[in-house]
Amino acid sequence: MILDGKCPTGPIETSWDRHRFETKLVNPANKRKYKVLCVGTGLAGGAAAASLGELGYNVHAFCYQDSARRAHSIAAQGGINAAKNYPNDGDSIYRLFYDTIKGGDFRAREADVWRLAQVSNNIIDQCVAQGVPFARDYAGYLDNRSFGGAQVSRTFYARGQTGQQLLLGAYSALSRQIKAGTVTLHERREMLDLVVVDGVARGITCRNMVTGEIESHWGDAVILATGGYVNVFYLSTNAMGCSVTATWKAAKKGAYMANPCYTQIHPTCIPQHGEHQSKLTLMSESLRNDGRCWVPKKVEDCEKPASDIADADRDYYLERKYPSFGNLAPRDIASRAAKEQCDDNRGVGPGKRGVYLDFADSIKRLGEDTIRERYGNLFEMYEKITAENGYKQPMRIYPAPHYAMGGLWVDYNCMSNVPGLFVLGEANFSVHGANRLGASALMQGLADGYFVIPYTIAGYLATVKPGQIKDDHAEFKKSAEEVKADIDKMLSINGTKTPSELHRELGKVMWEDVGMARSKESLEHALKRIPEIREEFWNNVKVVGTNEQFNQELENAGRLADFIEFAEILTKDALNREESCGGHFRTEHQTEDGEAMRNDEDFCYVAAWEFKGAGVEPELHKEPLKFENVKLAVRSYK
Amino acid sequence: MKVKLHVWRQNGPNDKGTMETYEVPNVSSDQSFLEMLDDVNLALAKDGRDVIAFDHDCREGICGMCSQVINGVPHGGQERTTVCQLHMREFEDGAEIFVEPWKARAFPVIKDLVVDRGALEKIMQAGGYTSCHTGGVADGNALPIGKDIADYSMDAAECIGCGACVASCPNSSAMLYTGAKVAQLAVLPQGKVEAHKRVMAMTEAAKEQGFGNCTNHYECQASCPKGVNVKFIAKLNREYMKALCK
Ligand SMILES: Cc1cc2nc3c(=O)[nH]c(=O)nc-3n(C[C@H](O)[C@H](O)[C@H](O)COP(=O)(O)OP(=O)(O)OC[C@H]3O[C@@H](n4cnc5c(N)ncnc54)[C@H](O)[C@@H]3O)c2cc1C
Ligand code: FES
Repeated sequence: MILDGKCPTGPIETSWDRHRFETKLVNPANKRKYKVLCVGTGLAGGAAAASLGELGYNVHAFCYQDSARRAHSIAAQGGINAAKNYPNDGDSIYRLFYDTIKGGDFRAREADVWRLAQVSNNIIDQCVAQGVPFARDYAGYLDNRSFGGAQVSRTFYARGQTGQQLLLGAYSALSRQIKAGTVTLHERREMLDLVVVDGVARGITCRNMVTGEIESHWGDAVILATGGYVNVFYLSTNAMGCSVTATWKAAKKGAYMANPCYTQIHPTCIPQHGEHQSKLTLMSESLRNDGRCWVPKKVEDCEKPASDIADADRDYYLERKYPSFGNLAPRDIASRAAKEQCDDNRGVGPGKRGVYLDFADSIKRLGEDTIRERYGNLFEMYEKITAENGYKQPMRIYPAPHYAMGGLWVDYNCMSNVPGLFVLGEANFSVHGANRLGASALMQGLADGYFVIPYTIAGYLATVKPGQIKDDHAEFKKSAEEVKADIDKMLSINGTKTPSELHRELGKVMWEDVGMARSKESLEHALKRIPEIREEFWNNVKVVGTNEQFNQELENAGRLADFIEFAEILTKDALNREESCGGHFRTEHQTEDGEAMRNDEDFCYVAAWEFKGAGVEPELHKEPLKFENVKLAVRSYK
Repeated sequence: MKVKLHVWRQNGPNDKGTMETYEVPNVSSDQSFLEMLDDVNLALAKDGRDVIAFDHDCREGICGMCSQVINGVPHGGQERTTVCQLHMREFEDGAEIFVEPWKARAFPVIKDLVVDRGALEKIMQAGGYTSCHTGGVADGNALPIGKDIADYSMDAAECIGCGACVASCPNSSAMLYTGAKVAQLAVLPQGKVEAHKRVMAMTEAAKEQGFGNCTNHYECQASCPKGVNVKFIAKLNREYMKALCK
């Protein structure tokens, strides 16, 4: 089937304004009659729930943590983009739009990206009004920095904790609505199923993580803002609880999963130290503004302390390969370059999977105090984890899974192919194409939540009668029974491997075969291994405890079961996409000097997969991508 | 290295609870404290025994989910460090380590080391915001804010809402938590408008939730993983007095 993104036609500059005007409204007096479920309270979900509450809808919000403030958005360090052009350095909505399309390697929809760039400016204003303490200059105006592959300074930040401050802003707006009674928050709830009646999303089934009770919630619309899925690699920069569960359950109920193979491997993470590690820690890539990446030129130097290696014997490989962007080359490029050096046996540190990020020159130029002021908390974090002082010796970094560009397919209204199911933030696939630029995920989450969904959901709700189907409908009972049956099954297997052991196995396959570089051979190997892990899971997993208690082993088992099924579709997508673009690098498709080779002739489309059952071939639906405002071009950062 | 753990085990809010002892061999000094607990849990699970429940999520010291009292000190006593960032190299080989949940009347135990911190939410809901609507606000640069003020506000806003301040306080006071939010907003032009209403509502909510008063022990600042300063309690008191006098 050819999918239609329902993008407005005509001049792109006015597309969102025209669309807003043409979208139906819900009568203010009727709004409270509509019940909207919002799963997730991160930047996307928190902003959506608060804004819809303010408009008068009856909102129910859900999160798996004990507070809405703890969603993983909290961990974002670097900043948020907007096209304000405060520094007067040539930025504009058009430039942000252009950079995002190009950065995404021409695999995103133009209209969605335009809208994002357009509303980016409103986000900053909104956050300032909420009391977000953005960094300011001595005159009292908002400060900007350049970030992750941008040549203008358009990134707003709050020390090294931008995500935290933005989320606390959204959380405060949400708290206000909870107090006002328009939003009811359900914490420590995990959504385990989407309830679909006659093809329309009507509610969710979730587990109360304290009591184990399986609950049914009905809604006139369901919003998923449940974040990304890169924990499919086991080790990643995501929080331990981040999972694909919510979106995968929706996929199993008919929602299409789009571009799942677009995963972002972030270049500046602390290298892995051992087998028992539970997660990888990101260090903001703002570090690359002042740090220089290098490895020894000679293999025999790799074991020596960095200080013993003369400058002439160092290979500043990013500056060498990409003279105009240097250390600020986009993430996918920087990550692959680091991997190449290590594959070439010139990596440093344990296992030789690491490259240096060196601040010595910047410290000489600016002084240690300036560096401390800019990145103090990152140096502190680095030292806590590695027991090394980054001011005295270069840091060691290595790429790690970080962000999911893929996600549930949505149209221009952020609605999936299942009517009534909306998907926001990292959970959808919409604006980043095959690669996300730094500081643009926070922008997307808040754009979707504050400024898109409040308009587009009305267009849908205006066409449905409120409360038509409630939780007494047979589908709710059926869904709850299925959820319970899965739980009982997992608890009853009583095998020999714990969920974390099996998750580690899955992660190893995904990282080695479906990680930074993929080949037909490696992908086929993964497609052999994943079903084996699935089999093993359903026959040999050991989940201790009961359902009727706080049970983290059970939570992990359920999430892993979904990751395993999802991993297969991710890998199939990677196998199908016979080109290299953005974060998706197929070794068969590269230029002579190792750069990604896109194939616009055959793959300029969104791949949306319809799940047909575990182990059954999924069906591919395509949405062709049209570029009318930016010319398709080879993405070069040389 | 190896360590001996004494861990608080409590199966639900109504269980009495007890300390249980676990010998942990083969600890790597590069492991985080929680990764060490993961290993203990792996061994327990393999053995078919109930694992130790503990809250955690980001494991990088920012979400505020992790919440353990280690050797009597919330988060283990390393300066500006959450328990998820605490590493085993901070302990001696053969160390005995006591691990307990946050203890405060307002934080009932859910299981083992997991507590219910819902009372903190109520304080935020009472007034921890500016009452601005989405849309229709002024340009971000319309009101210049001195760098010193923005920095002060940010210092207060560092709070991660973990509740260590409450857990360390002999009075189970939430004044550092409340003061940090009150101060963050009170100094900003956007927050000033409702400063009086906010401080009254949040203080009242803290009282209602059963949090105690501050009697200047300053354990809160010492245990705060973000080093949030007690000067914000003084600010809270000043704001409260100002509001009372209105
Ligand atoms: C370490 C790190 C640093 C980053 N730095 C930056 C940066 O500097 N700039 C930038 O732009 N982006 C950055 N990003 C990316 C960005 O932070 C995220 O993409 C973005 O915050 C995601 O927001 P979200 O609202 O979509 O999801 P999240 O914030 O992940 O929220 C997900 C929500 O869904 C809930 N949830 C999930 N599953 C379920 C379920 N089954 N049932 C119930 N609830 C569920 C969770 O409880 C949570 O409330 C960073 C990411 C990481 C990991
Ligand atoms: S787990 Fe997030 S702060 Fe410790």
